[in-house]
Amino acid sequence: MFSSNVDLDDLEDILIRADFGIDAAVEITEELKREANRSGAASDAELRLLLKDLLTKRLTRSDSALNLSSGDLPYVILVVGVNGAGKTTTIGKLSRWLKDGDWSVVLGAADTFRAAAVDQLATWAQRADARIVRPEREGQDPASVAYQTVELAIREQADIAIIDTAGRLQNKKDLMDELGKVRRAVEKQARISEVLLVIDATTGQNAMAQAKAFTEVANVTGIVMTKLDGSAKGGILYALQQELDLPVKLVGVGEGINDFAFFSPEEFAKGLVAYK
Amino acid sequence: MFGNLSERLSDTFKNLRGRGKLSAADIDATLRDIRRALLEADVALEVVKTFTGKVRDRALGDEVSKALNPAQQVVQIVNDELKAILGGEARKLAFSKTPPTVIMLAGLQGSGKTTLAGKLAKWLKEQGHTPLLVAADLQRPNAVTQLQVLGEKVGVPVFAPEPGNGTGNPVKVSQDSITFAKKQQYSVVIVDTAGRLGVDQEMMQQASDIRKATNPDEVLFVVDSMLGQDAVNVAKAFHDGVGVSGVVLTKLDGDSRGGAALSVATITGAPILFSSTGEGLEAFEPFYPDRMASRILDMGDILTLIEQAQKTFDEEESKKLAQKLANEEFTLQDFLEQMQQLKKMGNMKNLLGMLPGVGQMKKQLEEFDEREIIRTEAIIYSMTPLERENPKVLNGSRRMRIAKGSGTTVTDVNQLINRFEQAAKVMKTMARGGVPNIPGTNPVLAGGTVGGGFMGGKKKNDKKKKGSKSGNPAKRAAENAGLNFGSENSKGSGSAFGL
Repeated sequence: MFSSNVDLDDLEDILIRADFGIDAAVEITEELKREANRSGAASDAELRLLLKDLLTKRLTRSDSALNLSSGDLPYVILVVGVNGAGKTTTIGKLSRWLKDGDWSVVLGAADTFRAAAVDQLATWAQRADARIVRPEREGQDPASVAYQTVELAIREQADIAIIDTAGRLQNKKDLMDELGKVRRAVEKQARISEVLLVIDATTGQNAMAQAKAFTEVANVTGIVMTKLDGSAKGGILYALQQELDLPVKLVGVGEGINDFAFFSPEEFAKGLVAYK
Repeated sequence: MFGNLSERLSDTFKNLRGRGKLSAADIDATLRDIRRALLEADVALEVVKTFTGKVRDRALGDEVSKALNPAQQVVQIVNDELKAILGGEARKLAFSKTPPTVIMLAGLQGSGKTTLAGKLAKWLKEQGHTPLLVAADLQRPNAVTQLQVLGEKVGVPVFAPEPGNGTGNPVKVSQDSITFAKKQQYSVVIVDTAGRLGVDQEMMQQASDIRKATNPDEVLFVVDSMLGQDAVNVAKAFHDGVGVSGVVLTKLDGDSRGGAALSVATITGAPILFSSTGEGLEAFEPFYPDRMASRILDMGDILTLIEQAQKTFDEEESKKLAQKLANEEFTLQDFLEQMQQLKKMGNMKNLLGMLPGVGQMKKQLEEFDEREIIRTEAIIYSMTPLERENPKVLNGSRRMRIAKGSGTTVTDVNQLINRFEQAAKVMKTMARGGVPNIPGTNPVLAGGTVGGGFMGGKKKNDKKKKGSKSGNPAKRAAENAGLNFGSENSKGSGSAFGL
């Protein structure tokens, strides 16, 4: 009845090579097998189309927009992630996009650890024409910078405060605790609208561990997947959405200030099935 | 970081243990688990396929039919193949005959190049070189500033004629830096380049141009150890586009399984030279492929431990010791020397912490008191040479004298002798190849609870109490009391380590 085993194995391999993880790859392939049997799809092209539709359907969700409508200003966005994921760059692009939408934005440079991280954010602030709260001294408690950022946003009646945090590996307990402290410092003055976890699309299965750990300490509300302009497919986002119920909200597709987009399941699925 | 993979593989091998011969079905079942484990560890699919294929071929070869212990055989094969993929023998950094040696760093965005540049500069400086850092990442906002801050921290000058942030020509900066280094007589030039994607042809061309302009002795490909399946594409792109002479793995202090190491080493064929293990600038060390393979096989970082031990443990000493062990001549004098070697090695808690499976013993480690060594020293120093060579002569009055001389009690002396005897016994067994203990590590340490516990292998329990052989009943009772007290106590604090 169904004779394209070779093609289906290929699809499983495609999913594995796209970092879906072996469990998701097997599960999706099984489902695809059933669908193919039902619909009679057999050619490589038909199977790929089937896969695209299946992924699009499963990845589409209603909560993938940024949560900027409660009316309770300022909206505070906390940006977290491991080292080198692209947090600062994401903030630069996001603030520019918000600025273009006539939101007034204050940035908080709460990465007080990495050399010149504050300067890096300041450059982006300048490009995005946003205000920035800097630490008063090197190595200042990031929670206090976060607090001052929200304070300034309230005082100046800014619409949005975006707080940049230092990169931290999720198995470093002290640093993760520090993040909890940053969150609590912000919550003293305002509700947090979004906690965005930035994940590098080139990351493999460890992204799962990252998402779990950051969600635990910082109540992550959405994922930003960066560096999707490279050869990495970022398939782990499927497992993040399915298993951890975390919506992917934004994607980073370059180093330019406008290389920024909302996540489109269809685009993602299309890119994937085109992959040999 | 390879911990989870280690767990999986040891689960796999558990199924193999205790069977006589390895069948083709056994091998395939094992390989399915190994394939899965490797994929979960983010080893790239094509690398996994090659790997499992090689292991299968070798396992089905005639050497297996001769095998006495199939599990050992498979471990050996998997270990060999892992080592082969990880780059075989460790290699040192290549230095140019005529200075300056040029080291170019290349990699994806966020892989940790700039931080690594700082660490490498610090490390080279400590080795007696005079490094120069070159700020050729003119792309990422304030990468130049970041490098300057790092340079200042490690006391290494930074060549940064361009402010960066999108302005300046990195090829020219790199080229000029070589002239500058020659003029100023720097011995090593470290060129920090911008992060780039393998698919970005313009940027890859630029990296290639920097290479041509600087003619580097090493092009180090800086790889995030969390990298997933894309490692293959990225490695290909950098290998073809820039050329890679060595690999540096970063963020190894995370909990990723680090399969990217296998992928990148396979694709580039370049050795992994260094690993970066933390945010501090000193968190930088050479990478040892064979040790990493052992780590994958859940043998812990025993080899790293051995290396540390060997820094202080003179090779000749260990030869002498091995000879003594074989002849069953281990004396209190040797015991003392062993202990002093341990002390030289520095913080013993750190050392013990490097052993696999020590996690559960954290509490014991916390309670461990290094002053115990000092006390032991005092006791042994209070002995005559004869007593040290032949503890059997230690009768009650000698023990009393030793206790007084060392400012301890007879009980302390008894306790020490008791522990010494236990250690000596274990080591004799080891010397005869009995107990599968840590090879090459300090037998004084190995003789105690730790040695028995962490290998998960056959644990020899030398708890049997040795009574006094004295013919005098009163004396026998007294000495036995001392011995018993000693062994009860050895379950307590520091004594748990056989000291």
